[in-house]
Amino acid sequence: MSKNIIRPYGDTLNDGKMQLSFTLPVSCDALGKEAAKRLLLQAGFDEAEITSMNDLTEGFTHFIAYAVTSTSVDISKIKVKVVETPVMTMEETDAFVAEHLGRKITVVGACIESDAHTVGIDAIMNMKGYNHRYGLERYHSFNAINMGAQVSCEDLLAKAREVNADAILVSQVVTQKNIHIKNLTRLIELAEAEGLRDKMLFICGGPRISYELAIELGYDAGFGIGTYATDVASYIAITLAKRKVQE
Amino acid sequence: MLKLDINQEMVSRARKAAFQITNAFSWLFEGYTTVATERTVLRLMGIDGALKDGKPLPNVVVDNLVENSAIPKGAAIWVANAMLKKGLTAQQVAEEVAYKGLELTQISLASGEEILNTLNPLVEKMLDHITAQKEKREELLVEYKQRPKPAIYVIVATGNIYEDVVQARAAAREGADAIAVIRSTAQSLLDYVPFGATTVGFGGTFATQENFKIMRKALDEVAQEKGHYIYLTNYASGLCMPEIAAMGAMERLDMMLNDAMYGILFRDINPKRTLLDQYFARMINAYAGIEIQTGEDNYLTTSDAVEKAYTVTASQLINESFAVLSGIKPEKMGLGHAFEINPELENSFSYELAHALLTKTLFPDSPVKYMPPTKFAGGNIFKTYLLDAMFNFIGQLTEQGVQLLGMMTEAIHTPHLADRYLAIENAQYIFKAVKDLNQNLCLAEDSFINRRANEVLAQATEFLEKVAREGLFSAMAKGEFAEIKRSENGGKGLEGVIMKDKDYYNPFMESMKQELKL
Repeated sequence: MSKNIIRPYGDTLNDGKMQLSFTLPVSCDALGKEAAKRLLLQAGFDEAEITSMNDLTEGFTHFIAYAVTSTSVDISKIKVKVVETPVMTMEETDAFVAEHLGRKITVVGACIESDAHTVGIDAIMNMKGYNHRYGLERYHSFNAINMGAQVSCEDLLAKAREVNADAILVSQVVTQKNIHIKNLTRLIELAEAEGLRDKMLFICGGPRISYELAIELGYDAGFGIGTYATDVASYIAITLAKRKVQE
Repeated sequence: MLKLDINQEMVSRARKAAFQITNAFSWLFEGYTTVATERTVLRLMGIDGALKDGKPLPNVVVDNLVENSAIPKGAAIWVANAMLKKGLTAQQVAEEVAYKGLELTQISLASGEEILNTLNPLVEKMLDHITAQKEKREELLVEYKQRPKPAIYVIVATGNIYEDVVQARAAAREGADAIAVIRSTAQSLLDYVPFGATTVGFGGTFATQENFKIMRKALDEVAQEKGHYIYLTNYASGLCMPEIAAMGAMERLDMMLNDAMYGILFRDINPKRTLLDQYFARMINAYAGIEIQTGEDNYLTTSDAVEKAYTVTASQLINESFAVLSGIKPEKMGLGHAFEINPELENSFSYELAHALLTKTLFPDSPVKYMPPTKFAGGNIFKTYLLDAMFNFIGQLTEQGVQLLGMMTEAIHTPHLADRYLAIENAQYIFKAVKDLNQNLCLAEDSFINRRANEVLAQATEFLEKVAREGLFSAMAKGEFAEIKRSENGGKGLEGVIMKDKDYYNPFMESMKQELKL
């Protein structure tokens, strides 16, 4: 097999071992176990072994399984979209902005529509930040306005217009029934209708957001799990500096 | 036994400061009411139902009275007057207002005595019903086996009440003692309570009276099978605090999330509105024997859990003091705290243990509610499962009242059926394994844990004394709480705060105050 073609690894290269767990609406007995095994075989796995099953009551059973896959992926054929700007520390970003923009960057952030979870936007924007990375409020080069939770798209855009924002940061934590997609789409559509879309950077973030999804939804960038203020600040600073040069 | 050597003088100072903070609000409690409070009165008088567009009848009537500048007398008087003059029930009066344009303020007011005579039987009927629900709970608790310490508390949050029932019943059968139905994320800012059974919600299920009823019935059935009472929990918070408390009282909910300051700080609800609403909501909870639970965990998800540990203690003491003003007894005060310290910190476990012991020591008679790690749960389910195990270890070691179990899939999705099972399995194993360990341990003299607990207490005391000096609203306006600035006349729901007339009357509050000796 070529080095580019890969399979899951248990303890031997290309052994294809995978760990799985799932629930079926079935009784916790020999029948249930066989059903779980067959499901895995039909899904294309080989050597499916149910290593544990537990009765969840109400007619459900949870299974833990190991199985072997014969499928593989060719990583030389994969292209992923990722944020390509380098990540700078807070001090580096402040210095970079002073040198390349010579003014403060204004950012307006919010959890929009029904979303009441400010954990994400606070981690990026609040003074304190998260896990020893200060938030944008702490940056000398940023004027950070955190509007908090359950802000309507209209209010967010109105604020962005009022303060002549350079970037809008939107956090979406709740994703049940793809509510985050609906909310994010609504914001972009409104921004386009109001002629704001190209006047500022639109950035979204949240545990289920990826750069690729953000681009697909019409945003400039998206940040997922493990993102700190440093990532977002560097991206904004460098992108704005590039745009300034292009103007 | 693990026992903190706590500076008792500091404890007295802290409690005194908290008392000063909360007792500065008699002008508010005596002089004002809110639209939510008035809607609650109407619900307790028996008004229910909603228009086709979803607007509940209590809102229709209260809005009508607001438009006619009649609400400062309280909604009860106007509705009772119409009942008397027109020979209708409270529900019929509301329907006439909603569908036939009846103007309550156009009907000449009967004498105070006549109105009281109309109201009294209604008040008696509802309070009897609530008392019967309370007694039913108490009887079942005697009949069934005792609630363990900590009680296992899990959440359901599918958005669909019928799906929630499946998940809740499964959790109860697996060993959960309490089920909380998480609300849809947008509900806290709705200035009305939706009507009927609901099957669509985001991140949770709408709190409605019908949903309460459906879940109560389902849990009672499992309880009977298992000989084990299952506590039902929902949220008396947001813009409809007292209305939801009243629905909980009518449908025999057992626990209600109810924090005196949460709505102000974390939902930007007007401070006066929140304090007024919590005052009546908690009185209803107290009357109904419902255990309240406060949301101190939120301070730690927004700020550093070591640096800001004292804000939890300070908030617990303020919540306790406000609860006392509403007649809640210590054994019904589920004050909150959380396991949210960065796991990368050396000795994080010792810090957590110090904080958990401090809470237990300050509130020995309260079923304190311990919240799981969420901030550092980031998608690595195996790591989160381990964090949850450490959290459960402290929960049993310090005998917390309620352990809200962590889910290994925190930060991924609202819990799946199997996530809850695995969480219960984790807790049951640890609770059993370390059941009596505490009795074999003691803290070394001048131990880090002891010093740390006293340090947090001292910081909390200093903070409370500062807030007592400048006043709660002024401290909030300066961002002293959770680094969030909230002004007295800002935030949502201010327009629903109403100055009372001299002849204002809330028959339920008066009766409850008497009963609760307030």
